Amino acid sequence: MLKYIVRRLLEVVPTTFGIILLTFVLFNVVGGSPAQVILGKNATKESIAAFNHKYGYDLPMPKQFVKFCTDLAHGDFGISTEADEPVIDVLKRGVGPSLSLTVPILAGGTVVGLMLALLCAAGRGGPLDRAVLVGSTLLMSVNYVVWVLAGQFIFAFKLGLFPVWGYESAFYLVLPVLIGIVSGLGVDVRFFRTAILDEIYKPYVRTARMKGLSEARVLFVHVLRNSLIPIVTYVSLAIPYLFTGSLMLESFFGIPGLGNVSINAIHSSDMAVVRAVVVLGALLYQGVNLATDLLYAWLDPRVRLG
Amino acid sequence: MKSFWKGMPAGVWLCIAVIAAYFAAAVFGEVQYRVARIRDVTPAYNIVHEDARYRPPSLAHPMGTDNLGRDVSLRLVQGARIAFHVGIMTSLIAIPLGVVLGLLGGYFGGKVDSLVVWLCATVASMPGLLFILAISMVVGQGLVGIYLGIGLTTWVGVCRTIRAEVMKHKEKAYVQAARVLGYSHMRIMFRHILPNVAHIILIQFSIRFPGAVATEVFISFLGIGVQGEPSWGIMINNARLRLWQGVWWEMTFVTLAIFTLVLVFNHLADYLRDRLDPALRNSR
Repeated sequence: MLKYIVRRLLEVVPTTFGIILLTFVLFNVVGGSPAQVILGKNATKESIAAFNHKYGYDLPMPKQFVKFCTDLAHGDFGISTEADEPVIDVLKRGVGPSLSLTVPILAGGTVVGLMLALLCAAGRGGPLDRAVLVGSTLLMSVNYVVWVLAGQFIFAFKLGLFPVWGYESAFYLVLPVLIGIVSGLGVDVRFFRTAILDEIYKPYVRTARMKGLSEARVLFVHVLRNSLIPIVTYVSLAIPYLFTGSLMLESFFGIPGLGNVSINAIHSSDMAVVRAVVVLGALLYQGVNLATDLLYAWLDPRVRLG
Repeated sequence: MKSFWKGMPAGVWLCIAVIAAYFAAAVFGEVQYRVARIRDVTPAYNIVHEDARYRPPSLAHPMGTDNLGRDVSLRLVQGARIAFHVGIMTSLIAIPLGVVLGLLGGYFGGKVDSLVVWLCATVASMPGLLFILAISMVVGQGLVGIYLGIGLTTWVGVCRTIRAEVMKHKEKAYVQAARVLGYSHMRIMFRHILPNVAHIILIQFSIRFPGAVATEVFISFLGIGVQGEPSWGIMINNARLRLWQGVWWEMTFVTLAIFTLVLVFNHLADYLRDRLDPALRNSR
């Protein structure tokens, strides 16, 4: 096990380097100094030079890269030019609201999706299976923008069942959470269904049936447990996005999370903030990936010996 | 190949017919756009009619008019033009990139493969939509930014499937035979293995296309993508302003147009995957 952990940890190093390099190339090399955008067209040469010097954009590229790496290691993501405070403070404020929205969406979506997928698997090939399959293809073809706009317009504006905008109590989150669950349901159900059906034709399932176990027991105990590996992998890949929040839902329902922060930063060309969310999201993805891999190795000896 | 067309269900034919109709509309839109540019006049879909604002659907305007009195149906056609541009251009970036890297990694293995796997892992770690937005923003507003943003992030799926398939083919007798005959690696990769994994390109194209269209709608909706031309995302953003006053037509028709195109592509992709991917064929 120790050998596997070391091997897997060593794999993280080049990818982490890749993530930092890619972010640096995109924002610092291709993007360059945002001085012109922020100071406006009438900025003088002196003020641009002063801006570049203040934020370190006048250094040669290799030096900028080293500075970027050391700053990252210190948790220093630069200064938000829009809020005029350290980016890290802006991010810290946004994580809580984002999680309050995204965690219920992931949990609810996974439970509902799994239920529907199990129903499909139980009656595979039958009318219910077909209906759910057609339904989920229809659901996943509706554009995300439309889900958010239509949901807000119909349920909050026309019917008045929910507040239209704001972040004052848990009730304000109900509608965005429901929209989040429904908009992702189509893709989820189809994936879960395939994962379960991949198991259902294996010999051990036939054996379980031959032993006279009830179909429910075969499905929920034997099949579900074995199909959990692809399902857990799929769900765990969504975990980094819990922190970075939902771009659309947050900005349309006025939830002050990281998604909202990112959208505002993009609109105001606040590069330091966008860069921080991108690089943190990618690093989180690495971390979650590593954690799930180690978990599998611990649970399943085939992984660490293979 | 003959049997491929023969066994196709009516639903899939319908999908292909719908896609062909959209394509025809997109070509019409392209001609209209080009002609207006050559003549240096404002194209019909951008002409403002102050006296004909918010007209409900009628014979003159089958889908009504928008907040500046512009014909919604003509703008919808322009949206189809932009959707096809995005779907095709991003595929032209992502698919060759994914295919070449997948072939190199799968065929050579070793250090080359490590490099390919490293590139895939790095790009796959980036937070999807936000990374695409960041690329389109850094590159500059407009369609080129969108092409690069979507194209440079979505090749990973293509690369991974091609690579896995090539690794299987590498050990097969026909590749060994080609090697004994002394053919170059390039020739074996592109003339021998590639045709055998080409079905993956078709499947991946049909999966990527609707995804790229949906992403462009999102980016343009946010105002970071297409400027000045009626993309579907811009039309949705425009239409939502007066929705609460009962101006339903622009929103309805744009939504339906996107939904139908994405739906038929999704259905086609499902069919192609079930039909062409031998790994899946046995499991259902």
